[in-house]
Amino acid sequence: MTLIETKPSENLNIVIVGHVDHGKSTLLGRLYADTDSLPDGKLEKVQAICKQQGKDFEYAFLFDAFLEEQEQGITIDTARTFFMWKGRQYIIIDAPGHKEFLKNMISGAARAEAALLLIDALEGVKEQSKKHGYLLSLLGVRQFAVVVNKMDLVGYRQDVFEGIEKEYREFLGQFKAVPSQFIPVSAKLGDNIANRSKQMPWYTGATVLETLGGFQKEAARSEQPLRMPVQDVYKFDARRIITGRIAAGRLKVGDHLVFSPSNKRANIRTVEAFNIEPQPAEGQAGQSIGVTLDDQIFVERGEIASHQEHLPSVSTAFRANLFWLGKRPLEKERKYLLRVATKEVDCEVASIHRIIDTMDLAQQQGSNTVNKNQVAELTLRTKTPVAFDLSASFEATGRFVLVDEYDIAGGGIITELVHDDQEFLREEARRRDFAWVKGEVTVEDRAQQYGHRAAVVLITGGRHTGKSFLARKLEGRLVADGRHAYLLDGENLRRGLDADLNEEERGQTTEMARRYGEVARLLTDTGLIVVSTTNPFGLAYQEAAQAIRTLVHPAPVIAVHMSKTEEEPPPNTDVVLSGPTDFDGATARIIDELKRRGVLAQAIGAKPVFQYSI
Amino acid sequence: MKHLRQLEDQSVYILREAYKHFNNLAMLWSMGKDSTVLLWLARKAFFGHVPFPLLHVDTSYKIPAMIEYRDRLAREWRLNLVVGQNKEALAAGMNHTMGRVVCCTALKTNGLKQLLEHKGYTGVILGVRADEEGTRAKERYFSPRDKHGDWDFRDQPPELWDQYKTTFPPGTHIRIHPLLDWTEINIWEYIKLENIPFIDLYLDKGEGIRYRSLGCAPCTTPIKSTAKTVDEIIEELRHTTVAERSGRAQDEGRGMELLRKDGYM
Ligand SMILES: Nc1nc2c(ncn2[C@@H]2O[C@H](COP(=O)(O)OP(=O)(O)O)[C@@H](O)[C@H]2O)c(=O)[nH]1
Repeated sequence: MTLIETKPSENLNIVIVGHVDHGKSTLLGRLYADTDSLPDGKLEKVQAICKQQGKDFEYAFLFDAFLEEQEQGITIDTARTFFMWKGRQYIIIDAPGHKEFLKNMISGAARAEAALLLIDALEGVKEQSKKHGYLLSLLGVRQFAVVVNKMDLVGYRQDVFEGIEKEYREFLGQFKAVPSQFIPVSAKLGDNIANRSKQMPWYTGATVLETLGGFQKEAARSEQPLRMPVQDVYKFDARRIITGRIAAGRLKVGDHLVFSPSNKRANIRTVEAFNIEPQPAEGQAGQSIGVTLDDQIFVERGEIASHQEHLPSVSTAFRANLFWLGKRPLEKERKYLLRVATKEVDCEVASIHRIIDTMDLAQQQGSNTVNKNQVAELTLRTKTPVAFDLSASFEATGRFVLVDEYDIAGGGIITELVHDDQEFLREEARRRDFAWVKGEVTVEDRAQQYGHRAAVVLITGGRHTGKSFLARKLEGRLVADGRHAYLLDGENLRRGLDADLNEEERGQTTEMARRYGEVARLLTDTGLIVVSTTNPFGLAYQEAAQAIRTLVHPAPVIAVHMSKTEEEPPPNTDVVLSGPTDFDGATARIIDELKRRGVLAQAIGAKPVFQYSI
Repeated sequence: MKHLRQLEDQSVYILREAYKHFNNLAMLWSMGKDSTVLLWLARKAFFGHVPFPLLHVDTSYKIPAMIEYRDRLAREWRLNLVVGQNKEALAAGMNHTMGRVVCCTALKTNGLKQLLEHKGYTGVILGVRADEEGTRAKERYFSPRDKHGDWDFRDQPPELWDQYKTTFPPGTHIRIHPLLDWTEINIWEYIKLENIPFIDLYLDKGEGIRYRSLGCAPCTTPIKSTAKTVDEIIEELRHTTVAERSGRAQDEGRGMELLRKDGYM
């Protein structure tokens, strides 16, 4: 029995990447053998099989778990294996370099804390060497070393090694990636893996194992401003617990949290945990925790909690670098599901700025699609505002994936905030919400009392489509059902609130909609279901509806569109009514939608089924 | 201890993702050390509650002490326990002498498939670890299974950062593996840290043998060991290079590969 290392005090996730056949599996086998980490008899067993089949022994065979693999002779998937060295357990993700398997390499690298990138000394820098180097950088793997393998095949020559180092450093420099080390090795013969090579006295740097030992565990994310994406809200017992994994920074009992994009705020009352004594009072980056708040605000999955001094960005658009792995190409103007931290929202590709050729980083413009395994620079536009960061400042809240149909089909990092036309109103709403003076009665109290939540039902459409009539009818029906509803008619603002405006100013949709939205915001704060039409805005109803949404956020807006003949409703419409209207039927449909959205939910606060609309 | 908390944080995150995304979710519990740690992690994630049923695929050949332990914890922790059994195969006399892979397929793989189908679960949480044996090292945290419950290991969806596959076509389901990054030593270290109750079959009771991995009585053999405490197990594992599942007969030859492609745990 071999004696392996004692206490594994920590784990480090490592990925080994590089062009196919440059020696990844061989290096891995060598690392295992040289650290005595192989199960008893495994080496001998594989050697015996090779002998029996008349094959040369390969270290790579040690990891062939599948029959198919041996047949194909290439490792096919992200296999995680472990070895121990100097008080650390290395979890090696054996990422294969075969072209078709980029998906697996990316899955492996996305989880890695450090990487080894292999280059064959004889073949030199190949396409995959470049692609993998670029992707490591895109995926956020900042710690990596370049291993120049098969030095035995080039007579252990220093000039060959230095030539490769120079060429590859220049390539990496174009996107500011800096490897911690270039190491000349022979994986097959064991030079500079665990033991210093006698063949290459000219190399005095670290061996592969020494380099691994020098990799740091996780960057100090706890020192950054707080980011906690809300994962879920539980109410299994008397406690209403907001859970999430702290992506950056730290928090403690008493901290004032702001949730974006809803701008809701509350103080942390407790930090909850199971079987931890005494109960913790703080948390920091990396931890999956749960907190209760001193105020029963309604927050939901996808919002990001932060401190007020360092808020994340909020917009409906951003620019990003994306790699695509989908079975079908990514297409401009097509809809995808975007996932940023815990937020999921529909989005579309607003524009594809360029495709980046990872071979020479040349840029190709004017494409309407991104093919599998390509990298592109693009702008995404989301259906509703999302909170995020730039990936240069925050890793976890600055990256995203796109889901096409059922699969995660691409991933990327956010490089730039794109200002949308709601930016000023959103900023107004944020400032207003932060300064909002609250009484003792919470939104939750009102909802309990009324048996429903606040919402805005906004009826859009052209002239003479029956909007006002439907609005009246709906108000009547809701009140008859015992709901607290109110018809807000634009006419009623004109002579009072808007009396200070002259004729010309009254014609400006922006200011009119702003005033209208602020009044609706006050009414929803009282817990009412506000029923309204866009009549005061005439044909500018789309713009007005958008402004109202921004200002009443996060109260849900149920958008109803009416038209005499079939027409394309404005984006985000919930109920479409076209043709001659059956007003009773229309009212029933709107009430159903209010139920579906949880506004008229029976059991409020049990399991949150409530979806904000904006 | 810090590394155990990191593993715990990751597993808890995965469990919460599973709970959020799957309406019809269940967890497999074999009463072994891994799935019991998994169960404990669920109690961590949900603050003392286990908000989904626990499935036990009973082959009828389990060691009796395991069933007693199962029923005791189910009572004490107020678990919603669902036991499934391939009664047809048992009635037809299925046992390990008919071939180990044949028996495992009938009683475990098919037993599990029947149970999943019957209850319509779309998400199943399992305590599979990457370091147990080769095929498990290739797993994703969220791993899709097709209409027949089969696993297409060659064409697995990408898994990026903390984003997992949570959408899937009707008729298929997802296997969820929160313990993938844990090692056998981590499991025992965590059992010690959290003081989790486990079956004493894992300990030597003076005869110089103990079980290292628990399965059905006929196909699981104890190993030579004098470890009488968790500390002694950890110490022993730090120095052994014998594979964990060496006492599990179905692992011989290509057994596990064939079993797992067909939907074995
Ligand atoms: N001469 C020599 N051959 C090597 C070395 N490392 C790997 N090889 C061979 O290169 C081939 C491909 O290696 P492998 O590890 O399977 O590459 P992978 O596809 O990157 O995993 C195998 O035939 C290895 O024996 C080395 O250092 N020197």
